Amino acid sequence: MLSTRIIPCLQLIDQSLVKTVQFGHHGYIGDPINTVRIFNELEVDELCFLDIRATVENRVPNLKILSEIADECFMPLSYGGGVRDALTARKILEIGFEKIVLNTADIVNPELVTRIADHSGNQSVIASIDVKRNLWGKYHVYSHDGTRKTDMDPLEWAQRLEHLGAGELLITSMNQDGTWDGFDIEIIKRIVHAVSIPVIANGGAGSIEQIGRVVNETSVSAVALGSMVVYQKKGMGVLVNFPDKDKLSEILPTGRI
Amino acid sequence: MIVIVNYGLGNLGSVLNMFKRIGAPAKITSDPREISEAQKILLPGVGAFDVAMKRIHEAGLFQVLNILALEKKIPILGICLGMQLLTDNSEEGGMEGFHWIPGKTTKFTFPDGSPLKIPHMGWNEVKEKNPSPLTAGLPKPSRFYFVHSYYVKVADPAHSIMTTSYGLEFDSVIRSGNIFGAQFHPEKSHRFGMQLLSNFAGI
Repeated sequence: MLSTRIIPCLQLIDQSLVKTVQFGHHGYIGDPINTVRIFNELEVDELCFLDIRATVENRVPNLKILSEIADECFMPLSYGGGVRDALTARKILEIGFEKIVLNTADIVNPELVTRIADHSGNQSVIASIDVKRNLWGKYHVYSHDGTRKTDMDPLEWAQRLEHLGAGELLITSMNQDGTWDGFDIEIIKRIVHAVSIPVIANGGAGSIEQIGRVVNETSVSAVALGSMVVYQKKGMGVLVNFPDKDKLSEILPTGRI
Repeated sequence: MIVIVNYGLGNLGSVLNMFKRIGAPAKITSDPREISEAQKILLPGVGAFDVAMKRIHEAGLFQVLNILALEKKIPILGICLGMQLLTDNSEEGGMEGFHWIPGKTTKFTFPDGSPLKIPHMGWNEVKEKNPSPLTAGLPKPSRFYFVHSYYVKVADPAHSIMTTSYGLEFDSVIRSGNIFGAQFHPEKSHRFGMQLLSNFAGI
């Protein structure tokens, strides 16, 4: 049976690993290479790297660090941040990454999704949507690392991205990011029902129970973990770790090895 | 030397990287002469069936590979699309495959409302049907990383080495003599993939 993927989602700023809270303040975690070695030892399902400041700082992807990461990893890899054209995407795929994550670039230039998908297959494009719930419970899509609000509705945008050729969606709740308070079940559930491609839930993971809840209540295909895999506990020091696999297999419908 | 055939499709760097980690000499090339001198062939592939077969023909590799497979009988391993190319044909296109392992490549289809998504993407288990040197010593159970929208069913059950379930049971490792195929990506499957590729290096 196909397992629900549990994916450490690591934030980069150029060569440093960081972790944000609600897209704001970020804490320094350490060196990405040492960290990926640990995740490789832990045999995690997949790893996602997002250079969260590449777009706003107008940087291009750091291919050197990505290639060092790929050399250490024997699991599927995805990368997002500052990928603005198909050639850059192709270079990253050739390094040994399987998937390109697009966020701001697909808002500015939706055809980029199609161009990468046509060349390397739909499975190589993860379209990432940053969503924020306002005080009245309405959701908006944000771009540029959460600094610019768009007038797009997350569900319509999700469907459009599927139509453009995205193979997967990464849905990040800006409200829940780095809080350890659990996922935004409502928006994840609505997007899972609106599209037929796999959805990755991101933002808010703080416990195995919360992982179980988002999987069982929304049928997401995958769950991304941020703070939980780089800190000991909320408010405590850095510790690269992964939830206990036996406990995960008890709580997930598909089990794991 | 294991030769990884570069015909323009597939994540070749990752495969080479895993052979490096195992300590097995390997190189990536598209040169028919270098390929014709290979002791072992790894045929990777991500993408569409017809595009792959066309590129193999255009690069002058079709005959070279046939000689290696059928006359010199060196070990050949096709992975992902590379395994599908070993069969007769695919629903994905109209071109003929290599016909080295009789079988068909068919598209996954699920009824509306099925929770099963296409492609079959992620980690899944394998079930052993027949022993083989490629799969010897794999932990039980073993899991591998899959990404594919088409699956293989071999005509002769003796050619099925391992199967996997996703809506139906399909062949995830196949073999006929010196020709092997794996539907999953061993290069992205941690110690399970490493065991399989190091078995291949030792055949």
